[in-house]
Amino acid sequence: MIEVLDTDTCTDCNLCVQVCPTNVFQAMPEGPPVILRQSSCQTCFMCEVYCPVDALYVDPDAEAVHGLTAEDVRESQLFGSYRKAIGWHKETRHRRNIDDHFRLPQ
Amino acid sequence: MNQPFQENRSSFSDATEIDCDVLVIGGGPAGCWAALEAAGAGATVVLVDKGYCGSSGATASAGTQIWYVPPDADEREAAMASREAMGGYLSERSWMVPVLDKTYESVNRLADWGYPFPVDEKGEQQRISVQGPEYMRLMRRKVKNAGITILDHHPATQLLTDGGTVVGATGLRRQEGGHWTVHSGAVVLATGGCAFMSKALGCDVLTGDGYLMGAEAGAELSGMEFSSAYAISPTFASITKTALYRFAQFYRRDHSLIEGAGSARGRSIIARVLLTEPVYARLDLAETDEVKAILRRAQPNFFVPFDRRGINPFTDFFEVKLRLEGTVRGTGGLRLTGLDCATTVPGLYAAGDNATREPICGGFTGGGSHNAAWAISTGSFAGASAASFALGKTATADVTQRQSASAISTSSVDPQAIIKAVQEEVFPLDVNYFRTHAVLSAALERLNRLWNSISSATVTDESQALQLRQAQAMTATARFMYRAALSRTESRGMHRREDFPKQDPAQHHRLVVSGLDTITVRRETIDPGVYREAAE
Repeated sequence: MIEVLDTDTCTDCNLCVQVCPTNVFQAMPEGPPVILRQSSCQTCFMCEVYCPVDALYVDPDAEAVHGLTAEDVRESQLFGSYRKAIGWHKETRHRRNIDDHFRLPQ
Repeated sequence: MNQPFQENRSSFSDATEIDCDVLVIGGGPAGCWAALEAAGAGATVVLVDKGYCGSSGATASAGTQIWYVPPDADEREAAMASREAMGGYLSERSWMVPVLDKTYESVNRLADWGYPFPVDEKGEQQRISVQGPEYMRLMRRKVKNAGITILDHHPATQLLTDGGTVVGATGLRRQEGGHWTVHSGAVVLATGGCAFMSKALGCDVLTGDGYLMGAEAGAELSGMEFSSAYAISPTFASITKTALYRFAQFYRRDHSLIEGAGSARGRSIIARVLLTEPVYARLDLAETDEVKAILRRAQPNFFVPFDRRGINPFTDFFEVKLRLEGTVRGTGGLRLTGLDCATTVPGLYAAGDNATREPICGGFTGGGSHNAAWAISTGSFAGASAASFALGKTATADVTQRQSASAISTSSVDPQAIIKAVQEEVFPLDVNYFRTHAVLSAALERLNRLWNSISSATVTDESQALQLRQAQAMTATARFMYRAALSRTESRGMHRREDFPKQDPAQHHRLVVSGLDTITVRRETIDPGVYREAAE
C-alpha cells in the first residue's frame, strides 16, 4: 500500500493524482497532494514509477498499513528503486530494453 | 480526420456532454488499440477510463508476454495446437488465424513506434514480451497523438440506447464531481475482466463493469464458468506474476517438499494443501547466477516485494497464497457474434478481457501471452467495426437511459459490505476452485438474494456511487459465473467439478448466459476446425 509521500522532495506537480488508477491521492489548493484514500490503494506501484522526483513509496503489503515514515524509506534507500529498475530514471535509461524473457530457459 | 467535437466542457459546469462517432470504454491495451483503429478509419473517438489510460488495468503494472508468432506455417500450426487440449477444445482455428495475423502486424507496429524491444546476440529484436509501464505509456502517447479525446477518471456507469441500439454512455466524473454523457454512433466495451478486488496486481479496477453494462443492454456472455483462475502470490504482496514460479519448489511449514506442486499443472496440488495448511515457495530451481540474472531482467516487478523485505527468493522460503484473478486470467466474457467483435446488441462491440477469450483459448489460459494477443487483435477488430457502423449510420433520435426497474427503492446500502459479501462467495478455494453442485448452489442462492436487495439500490453520497456500481457489477459477475458453473456438469479447461472430475464428450459446447434478474443458460455448439478430443 502507498505508505509515504515525502513532502520535502515533492514538487506539487500532482502527476500522482492523475496516474493513480484507484484515485488514492487528493490534490490540495496549496502544497503537495495528500494520501486521502489509502485503503483504495491496489499496490500497483504506478505512482512510484511516474513520480519524477521519487517522493513516493509503496510498501509491498497490499492488505495492511505499516506506518512507515520518509526517514525509514530514506534510510533503506528504497525511494525510486523500482523506477530505476525499469529504466525510467535518467541514470538507468539503458535498462529500458533489457527484457530477458526470450532468454528464459525453456 | 478527427473533426472538432460538438463539445461542452467547462470546469464550472457539473456535466460534460460530447458527441462523437465511437466511444471506447476502458483505456488498457484493448481500448487503446480499438481507439487507434477507429480513429484511423476516420471516426471521431472519445476514450474514457475509470482510472488513467496508461497506468490502469492488468497490463500496465504487470507487463505481459505476447502470442507473437511469425507467419511460418509450421510455427503457426504448433502455436495453434499447443493449447487446444488444455482449453478443452472450445477454441476455433477460424479465430486463431486472424488473431495471430493481427497480433504479429500490431506488435511490429509497436517496434516501428519505438518500443524498446530487447536485442539478441545476433542483433535481432525479440518481440515476445512487453514491460507494462513502457507499453502502456507508449499506447497513451499514440492515442493522444491520434487526436483522440481521453477522459481519465471518468468511469462509465450505464449505456445509452435508442430503440435497442447502443448510442453512447454516461458516467461519473470521479475527480471533478458531476456526470458525463457521450453520444456516439457506436460503443466499444473494453473494461477488462473481473478479479473481485483481490489485490491481484493492477486488477482492483477490474470489477466486471462492462459485463454488467453489456448484460443490461441485452448482450450475452459466454464461458463464465471459466473464471476460477488463481495466481500464486507471496502472502505479503500484490505481485501475482506466476511465470517465474516454474523455477520454484513448494514446501510445507516444516520445509518438507510438496511433491508435484508447481505453477502450471501442479497448481491444484498447491490449492489442495492450502485448504488445510500454509504453503511456502523458494525459487531453488534457478540454479546459476546467470539464470537468476535473467529472471531479474525479465520481470523486475516480481522482485520488488522481496527486495523491500530483505528476502532472497532464491534461497529463502516465503509463504505464498492463491489470489483470485477471476475472468482476468480466466476466459469468460461478453459473447462475440463474429470477427467484427460485435455483441448481439446493435452498436455495441467488445474487446480484450471484456469479451470471452474462448475463441482462442477455450476454457483455459495459462500465461498472459494469449490475453495480450486477444486484447491487441479484438481491440483492433472492434475499433474498425465500430467506426464503420457509426460512419454508416443516419441521424439518431430518442435516446433513453435505462431506468432502474423500481425507482422507488432508495434503500441505503453499504457498497463495502456488498463487496465483502461477494468476495466471501468467490475467494474460497473450496467454493470456486474445487467446485461442487451443493456448494455452488448455496453460494448462488445467497448471491441471488444479494442481487435482489441491491440491484436497484442507490446511494445519496455521490462519492459512494462508483463503489456501489462496482459492487453491483461484481455481484452480477459472480452470479453469471456460478450459474454457468452449475450447468457444466463435467471438468473442462480450468473449470474443475469435484463431483464430475472427467471431461464429458457430450458437453463439448459453450455455455451462453444472459439476463440479470433471471439468468438463462443456453448451449452453443462450436466448430473447432480440428477436433481431436478422442485422441486425448
